[in-house]
Amino acid sequence: MLFKIAFRNILRNGRRSAMTLLAIAVGSIAVVLFGEFVAFIRAGLETNAVQNVGHLTVFRTGYFDYGAGNPAAFGIESYENVIRLIKGDPEIGPTLNVVTPTVSLSGIAGNFDIDASKTFLGAGYVPADREHMRRWDEHGVSRHRANEDPALRDDDETIGVVGVGLARVLGLCAPLKIPNCPPRPVTPRPAMGAASADLPSLSDEDIAPGNHGDAPRLDLLTATASGAPNVMSLHVARAEPQSARELDENVVIMHLALAQRLLYGRGERQAVGIIVQLHRTEDLVLVRARLAALFAAHHLDLEIRDFADREPFYRQAVGMFSAIFLFIALIMGVIVLFTVVNTMGMSVVERTNEIGTARAMGLQRAGVRRLFVLEGTLLGAFGASVGVSLGQVIAVLFNHTGAMWTPPGQAAPSPLEVLTSGMQPLLIGACLLLMVIATLAAVVPANRAARLKVVDALRHV
Amino acid sequence: MTTLTETAKDERTTASESPVVRFREVGKVYDDEGLRVTAIRSVTFDIPKKRFAMIVGPSGSGKTTLLNLIGCIDTPTSGRLEVCGQDIGTLGDRALTDFRSRNIAFVFQNFNLLPVLTAYENVEYPLLLLGMRASERRDQTMAMLASVGLTDKRDHRPNQLSGGQKQRVAIARALVKKPAVVLADEPTANLDSHTGAEIIALMREVQEQHAVSFVFSTHDPQLISHADDTFVIRDGELTDRSSQGRN
Repeated sequence: MLFKIAFRNILRNGRRSAMTLLAIAVGSIAVVLFGEFVAFIRAGLETNAVQNVGHLTVFRTGYFDYGAGNPAAFGIESYENVIRLIKGDPEIGPTLNVVTPTVSLSGIAGNFDIDASKTFLGAGYVPADREHMRRWDEHGVSRHRANEDPALRDDDETIGVVGVGLARVLGLCAPLKIPNCPPRPVTPRPAMGAASADLPSLSDEDIAPGNHGDAPRLDLLTATASGAPNVMSLHVARAEPQSARELDENVVIMHLALAQRLLYGRGERQAVGIIVQLHRTEDLVLVRARLAALFAAHHLDLEIRDFADREPFYRQAVGMFSAIFLFIALIMGVIVLFTVVNTMGMSVVERTNEIGTARAMGLQRAGVRRLFVLEGTLLGAFGASVGVSLGQVIAVLFNHTGAMWTPPGQAAPSPLEVLTSGMQPLLIGACLLLMVIATLAAVVPANRAARLKVVDALRHV
Repeated sequence: MTTLTETAKDERTTASESPVVRFREVGKVYDDEGLRVTAIRSVTFDIPKKRFAMIVGPSGSGKTTLLNLIGCIDTPTSGRLEVCGQDIGTLGDRALTDFRSRNIAFVFQNFNLLPVLTAYENVEYPLLLLGMRASERRDQTMAMLASVGLTDKRDHRPNQLSGGQKQRVAIARALVKKPAVVLADEPTANLDSHTGAEIIALMREVQEQHAVSFVFSTHDPQLISHADDTFVIRDGELTDRSSQGRN
């Protein structure tokens, strides 16, 4: 009966209840849509990061904090054994998608045909593994991205990719057909020093045979682990835009073998890191703990970093969007709170006589309180359910609009969407949150109703 | 009509049975932000059981206050008031509410039916407050609706009923829980004379049928003519009392 009375009372003043439900529904829609948008951003950032650096990277202890200046000194010896150890572990084996070595290095890249040179940050990968990693899409957010031909090739160590900015600085706009490339300004040509003059001839000795077509050539100068200068040639297959200008003007991606030769010369080839990409991100904590235990058991001096450690932008962007989401949810919550307080307050005033009648018949104060609180809960439940359902419909429709944008952390435009699958926790959470707010909002008017003196309530006109 | 000093005879006639309401020097003063208004000045009288008792007097004389005190929805500021043998001054709000739900029923001038409930549900509501089982509730509710002649209107909401029908539902609601006393504040004031007469007849009929005490506050001469006991109140004081000697 209590439920029946509460339900009918909601329907009693149709317009006011409809306005209240609308406010709650709009609040739900806003929370759901922005929540799903934040989830899409988060998934996009995570996908981008995991495609580039995997979920976890194993380094020699100390590399992450001190290795950038001298990566060669922090190489992992016998890294193949470590990879075998990881892949062979029965506990984490099924969770692994890719386990692959990587080398990071820095040096100077030169295009000596036009006397241009620039410092670079390089990364070496096993081409097939890199391609496999780039296809990771647990959340289904990169399905629209263009499937470019892999630039790196397993059978050709000298093929590589550079950032668009670096290509521009090194005068590769024309050969790489980079659009919107301004003409290179004419600068006085400095006299070439003896060392510079030697570089092209030094690198000539190491050019691997192969058919590179019209791919322009860069010479990469690095210092080996022993401190000796080392030069290798790289044929640039493509320039790829990077998310940050600093990266765009510095990055060189190459075959692992070439990176190893640059960093270790003809000495023992090591890896600077071992990338571990999982099938599912939710296994990250488990795998990380297991790897730590595994390395400790085998007395390996290795540390493990996750993609959020390696790409701090991920954490910052997710934190920022989460804060905005909480702010919006808070505003919507406050709007719902005051709307329900107002609605229930008016309802108490209008029904004062009824409250007096019911109390005169023997309804306890707690019964009055329960009735009004239940009405608030029902308003919250209906409004939130309608809002969440409408929010999902709007989200699906929005995803069909074909809107495009360049998300944070990405260089190329991609579809602007909201994430609609796997969002049950958000939908249920939004429903529950608004129900709780509506319930709490009804408590104050309910208490006021319960405290009414029966005589005064019956006298109320 | 007899004077107050002549009431001893009437009290003797009903002394064999304890009264349903006993006022002993009961006073009621309202304090409205420092403004003290005396509504009842130390009244002492008894209302016998199973009678049709009327409290009459001009507007502002204190009739409704007396009714509210008997109905335990207001408490005296002085004196002792017993309803069904219970000193209501000793009860807290929760106990008083529980006492009301078991012993007292109201019939209001404006009917005061709960508008979101049907006639059936309105009559059933007091039984729900008593925690009665569903089958028992259904039987009693249907029997009560039948006794006021509204079985066919059971699914009608109050706004689908006439004034007379609403008051019939209100009477059924009041009697369904078999209270000791039914309080009716101007029950015919919002009805035309014909319907008012019907309602009075109905109340008299169910009062005799259910052997329940009725206490009215009224101006209606038509209703007053049916009184077993009449209590005249003026300026918060009982000035006269008469009895038809029924019972």
